[in-house]
Amino acid sequence: MTVARFWRKIPQRYNLLGTRCETCGKHFFPPRSFCPECRRTGRIVDYKFKGTGTIVTYTIIHTASEQFEHLTPYVLAIVQLDEGPRMTAQIVCKADEIKIGMQVKRAFRRIAADGESGVIHYGTKFIPLE
Amino acid sequence: MRDVAVIGVGCTTFGEKWGSSFRDLFVEAGALALEDAQMSGEKIDAMYVGNMSAGRFIEQEHIGALIADYAGLATRHIPSTRVEAACASGGLAFRQAIIAVASGMEDIVVAAGVEKMTDVEPGASTDALTGAADREWEGFMGATFPGLYAMIATDYMHRYPLTREQLALVAVKNHYNGARNPIAQFQQEITVDTVLKSTMVAEPLRLFDCSPITDGAAAVIVAPLERAREFTDTPIKVLASAQASDTITLHDRRDISTLDATIAARERAFKMARVTHKDIDLVEVHDCFSIAEICAIEDLGFCKKGGAGKFTADGETALGGKIPVNTSGGLKACGHPVGATGIKQVFEVVQQLRGEAGKRQIDGATIGMTHNVGGTGGTVAVHIMGVL
Repeated sequence: MTVARFWRKIPQRYNLLGTRCETCGKHFFPPRSFCPECRRTGRIVDYKFKGTGTIVTYTIIHTASEQFEHLTPYVLAIVQLDEGPRMTAQIVCKADEIKIGMQVKRAFRRIAADGESGVIHYGTKFIPLE
Repeated sequence: MRDVAVIGVGCTTFGEKWGSSFRDLFVEAGALALEDAQMSGEKIDAMYVGNMSAGRFIEQEHIGALIADYAGLATRHIPSTRVEAACASGGLAFRQAIIAVASGMEDIVVAAGVEKMTDVEPGASTDALTGAADREWEGFMGATFPGLYAMIATDYMHRYPLTREQLALVAVKNHYNGARNPIAQFQQEITVDTVLKSTMVAEPLRLFDCSPITDGAAAVIVAPLERAREFTDTPIKVLASAQASDTITLHDRRDISTLDATIAARERAFKMARVTHKDIDLVEVHDCFSIAEICAIEDLGFCKKGGAGKFTADGETALGGKIPVNTSGGLKACGHPVGATGIKQVFEVVQQLRGEAGKRQIDGATIGMTHNVGGTGGTVAVHIMGVL
C-alpha cells in the first residue's frame, strides 16, 4: 500500500472515526458520506465510535497472505460495535478464548508492514473486555 | 426481446496447466465451442470474456482486444469486451452475451471465461483473490478469502444443525462427480477422513473444504433462438438470466449465513423462466468452499434454511438425489479458474441437457440452473436453461 493510500484513512484506522446520519440516527463505519436510508435528505456528520462491541462470528486463520503469515494462527472476527455497524478485525486473544457474543474493546496495534524498511501500518484490533 | 439459445460449448481441461499460457487457454476453448457449433469464426458478431484478474495473475490488461486478436478476428474489428465481477465474471459475461442477442443488437455472440492463475506464487494468488472482498476494510485487516467463508461457517454452525462431517460430505460428493468428469482438475474420489485430516486453512475450514487454484478457459456461443437450428440440432434455450448485487463486505450483510443476492437473483430467474424448483433437474452452484454450497442450496430454495447439512447427508444433492448439485464436480473438484467458472457451469448444464454427460449423466434432464457468486456474495448470477 502506498503511503498516501494508508495516510488518508489514518483517522478511521487509528481512532475509529466514522459518520452518523442526523436524519435517521444511523451510524456508519467505515464512514459513508451518503445515507442509504435517507438518501438526499440525510445529514451526515463525523462520529467517533466508543470502540466497544460484541463478537458476531470468527475464524482462526492458519494460512494467510504474505503480509500476515508471521501472525498465524491468528483470530479474525466480525465485531458489532455498540452503535450498530459491524467491522472485520483481528482479535488479540488465544484461539480457544474466542466466542460468539464475547465483549471486546478496541486497541491500537501494528497491523502489517511493507517489508522490513517500508511503512508500518497501524490500526485497530480488538481485545477481550474483562 | 428475442429468445436466445446456446448453440455451441467448449471447455479446456482444468488444472495446473504449466504448459499452457493465458492465450493458449482461451483459443483452445473458443475453438472447441466453434467446432461444437459447426461454425467458422467469421460468423461471430461480438465477444464477452469473463476474467477476474489477468492484471494480477499475468500482468496483462486489455483482455477484450487480446482474445479477439488471438481468436484470429483482429481484421474483422468485432466488439470484444472484458467483464469483471470477481468469481462471477463468467456468469456476467454469459449474461451480457444473452442481453446483446436478446436486444437484437447482435446475432452470434461468444461468451467466454478465462483465468491463468499458476503463473504467480501461491501467496500472490491468495492476495489477488482477496481483491474480491473489500481490500480496505477486510483484506487490510487480515482477512483472507477462506477466512471470510470460515466466518460464514462459524456463524452457520452456531445457529443451525450442521456437523463438521456433513460439511465434509459436500467435498466428498463433489469429488465423486469430478471423478466422472474428464475435464476436472481432481478426478479422485475422497472420503470424509480425507477432508477432516487435511491441513487447517481457516477454522473450521480445511484444505479439502476449499476450491483449488486452477488454470482453464470455457466458451459458449449464443444466438437468436429462431436461427439456432442453422448451427445445431440440439439448441438449448436460455429460459432466464438474472443478476443481483449486495454489500461488498461480509460484515455489512443483513444475515452472515444468507446470501441475499442469491435469493434476489433466484426469485428474478424463476419469474422470468416461469418455472419452479420442482422443474429443475440439476443445478451447478458456486461451491468455492463447502459452506458456500450449503448456503447456496438453501438460498436457491432447494431446501429450508438450516436443512442443507442433512439434505446433503441424505444424498439428495448426489447424482441420483432429489436435486443433483454440481454434477461437474463443482468448483471444488472440477477446479476454479475464477473468470472461467461461470461459463464452465453453463458448459456442464448444456452437456447434461443434451445427454452428453457420460458417467455423471442425469437421465432425462430437461431444465438446468447455474449459480455463480462474486466475492462473498456481492454479486450473484443465476441462469436457467432448458431443452426445446
